Amino acid sequence: MTGGLQGPGPKDRPRPDGRRNSQGIRVDPDAEAEPDTRRAVLSALVKHEPGVLAEVSGLFSRRQFNIESLTVGPTEDDDRARITLVIEEPEPGIEQAKKQLRKLLPVVSVRELPQDANQRELALIKVGATRPDEVHAIAEMYDAKGVDAGRDTITVEITGSTQKIDAAVEAFDQFGIHEIVRTGTAALSRGAEYTATTPDGAPADD
Amino acid sequence: MSERAPVTETEKEATNAGDAADAAASGANRSPEERAEGRPVATGADSVVRALENAGIEYLFGVQGGAIMPVYDALYDSDQLTHFTMAHEQGASHAADAYGIVAGEPGVCMATSGPGATNLVTGIADANMDSDPMIALTGQVPSDFVGNDAFQETDTTGVTDPVTKTNFFADDPDEVGTDVGQALALANTGRPGPTLVDLPKDITNADTDVEPGEPETPDTFHAPEEADDEAVAEAVRAIEAAEKPAILAGGGIIKGDATEELREFAASYEIPVVTTMPGLGSFPEDHELSMEMAGMHGTGYANMAITHCDVLIGIGTRFDDRLTGGIDTFAPDAEVVHVDIDPAEISKNIHADYPLIGDAGRVIEQLDAEMEFAPDADEWREQCQTWKSEYPMDYSTPDDEPLKPEFVVEALDEATSDDAIVTTGVGQHQMWACQYWTFREPRTWVSSHGLGTMGYGLPAAIGARVAADDDQEVVCFEGDGSFLMTIQELSVAVREDMDITVAVLNNEYVGMVRQWQDAFFDGRHAASEYSWCPEFDKLAEAFGARGFAVDDYDEVADAVEAAVEYDGPSVIDFHIDPRANVYPMVPSGGANGQFALSEAQLEDL
Repeated sequence: MTGGLQGPGPKDRPRPDGRRNSQGIRVDPDAEAEPDTRRAVLSALVKHEPGVLAEVSGLFSRRQFNIESLTVGPTEDDDRARITLVIEEPEPGIEQAKKQLRKLLPVVSVRELPQDANQRELALIKVGATRPDEVHAIAEMYDAKGVDAGRDTITVEITGSTQKIDAAVEAFDQFGIHEIVRTGTAALSRGAEYTATTPDGAPADD
Repeated sequence: MSERAPVTETEKEATNAGDAADAAASGANRSPEERAEGRPVATGADSVVRALENAGIEYLFGVQGGAIMPVYDALYDSDQLTHFTMAHEQGASHAADAYGIVAGEPGVCMATSGPGATNLVTGIADANMDSDPMIALTGQVPSDFVGNDAFQETDTTGVTDPVTKTNFFADDPDEVGTDVGQALALANTGRPGPTLVDLPKDITNADTDVEPGEPETPDTFHAPEEADDEAVAEAVRAIEAAEKPAILAGGGIIKGDATEELREFAASYEIPVVTTMPGLGSFPEDHELSMEMAGMHGTGYANMAITHCDVLIGIGTRFDDRLTGGIDTFAPDAEVVHVDIDPAEISKNIHADYPLIGDAGRVIEQLDAEMEFAPDADEWREQCQTWKSEYPMDYSTPDDEPLKPEFVVEALDEATSDDAIVTTGVGQHQMWACQYWTFREPRTWVSSHGLGTMGYGLPAAIGARVAADDDQEVVCFEGDGSFLMTIQELSVAVREDMDITVAVLNNEYVGMVRQWQDAFFDGRHAASEYSWCPEFDKLAEAFGARGFAVDDYDEVADAVEAAVEYDGPSVIDFHIDPRANVYPMVPSGGANGQFALSEAQLEDL
């Protein structure tokens, strides 16, 4: 092939000493460590209108953010819904997720909740009814409530952290689990602090 | 393909773009109230047209069709709006995109529902990748039919959600004009981008007397202006302390109209300037501090400067992978100052040590105000000049080899004025245009950067021609493969008598693919080689344009002169060296500083 330009070849050029990791952060070339992922709970206050959930979930799948759960529901304001997202990402990924969310027009505000925020998930667990007393005993241990009991199955309702529900599911497994449904994490900040605020710090509903 | 209605009288009347411009100018100056008084809104479609008029829009690019007919009918009465009927909706979206780039105001494209809308999508995605201000208006089946898989129904807002800044589904005739106004305002506020309004036929046909008023952004939208003062001060201390500073000027400089600020800042503190591809024109390439374009096919000296700098001031750039090469080796010794209007670009690809969120021009002024002294960088500037002489972009033109493409690009640059507009398709020809045209002015480089859309050049030249001043030449570089993808738009250029010069760098290959096959696929030319290619000069003549064919160096000057002189569309088919390759080249994911200057070096990397 023709073409080609003059100048020192790649091997004859000086090379810089530094390096960046896959997140684009400069690192010590000899002690490179990929950043750890962490679990983050993001709360987004959004306009309560059709298509918002699709927009948010589309954004997260398109940009390959690792979602653990996504829940959505109405709020005290008829015009607003709250989306709670739990993601598992390295620090830059979490920051990027927040910024990308804020760019969506129907999104009013986005905040990452502190670890101590109230986080709850609800599950309905349907198990075999051959040993009803034992099911009842396990349900009591996990503060679960029977919501349906028939000849063949018993359904219990349980609320709590994701870990608590995981543990309960494991405990109920001995009775034969027919079906499970889980809501994903809903979360609200503690005390008088607002879960979602506008960029100037005011409550988002103002 | 799609069922389309005949062209309206509006378009037949607008046979000459110049006359239309005069007519439109009078209408554009009216206030919304004056417009309402003269011709009150009676339908949803009227409201759409009124919103366009109130935003100062003068030109539209589109294709008619069933579901958009009410809007076209409303256009019939507007003396402010001139519509260009394109041959294909993709052409309409590229023309609107290019109009937006050159004019700095949103370009408008229109299409009917279904195939009309999906044909726009490539151009919308292109505008989205390059942050170009654009609005698409699409017809939709009547609301009652939506969701029933009606004739020519597509979920247009669903399809375009990932490739628009935002989109609207109009569901109320009283609100539809406001939706269009918001879409227009959003397209060009903050970081520009394409927006879309989907217009069901019953909404545009419905009665309404609601005037949409001036375009406004919605209340949940905030565009940052000034960067945080403390962050500016910290960044400036790093710049002052730099020994090897470099500015990386991106497309955001041009979109933010910050070229003057950049030139002054770089000159005051004598900081070398590297540009991205969309940043071509942000800094004059004949300036001593200019290192020209960096990245995959950037100059050797730009890539050396970006690799070895110790402070990199990136302004209005998103650190695209074609620019950075491998992240691990990108400016690995540099502290990064990143100026951008979109917070989500900060540390997306390259970590920003000093993030400055705001408007490019305003933040440069803030930096300038804070700077107490220029960095001590004599040695570094000398090094940059040394690299310039070590890695010249010189090429040879041996008599026993076919015409070299670099020579053609330089000949056209020579024959046109400094503010001539260059549009391109995508491929080798695009890279030669980047490398061998000397860009001096903003909004003179119109190309498909992020999406890399072959066929972009000709429809873009049409949009650029409409936006350009009458004395600005418009030159379109195309490859043979790229040109064939949208060549039908030549019919529009001829019909509208547009002064455009198309230079086809014809090597009878999909050349960039062929170059990669030679380098990375053992020269196996799968689906990149033509056994036959049309004679583009004759094809141009068949369309009613002027056609030229050039094989030898001594024919170049005359053909270029005749084509540029010709007051209408012309096509020059340059039969260039089919074996010509684009260098320098950094392979995908490679280190910028290890650019190859020849195929042998590329294979060694």
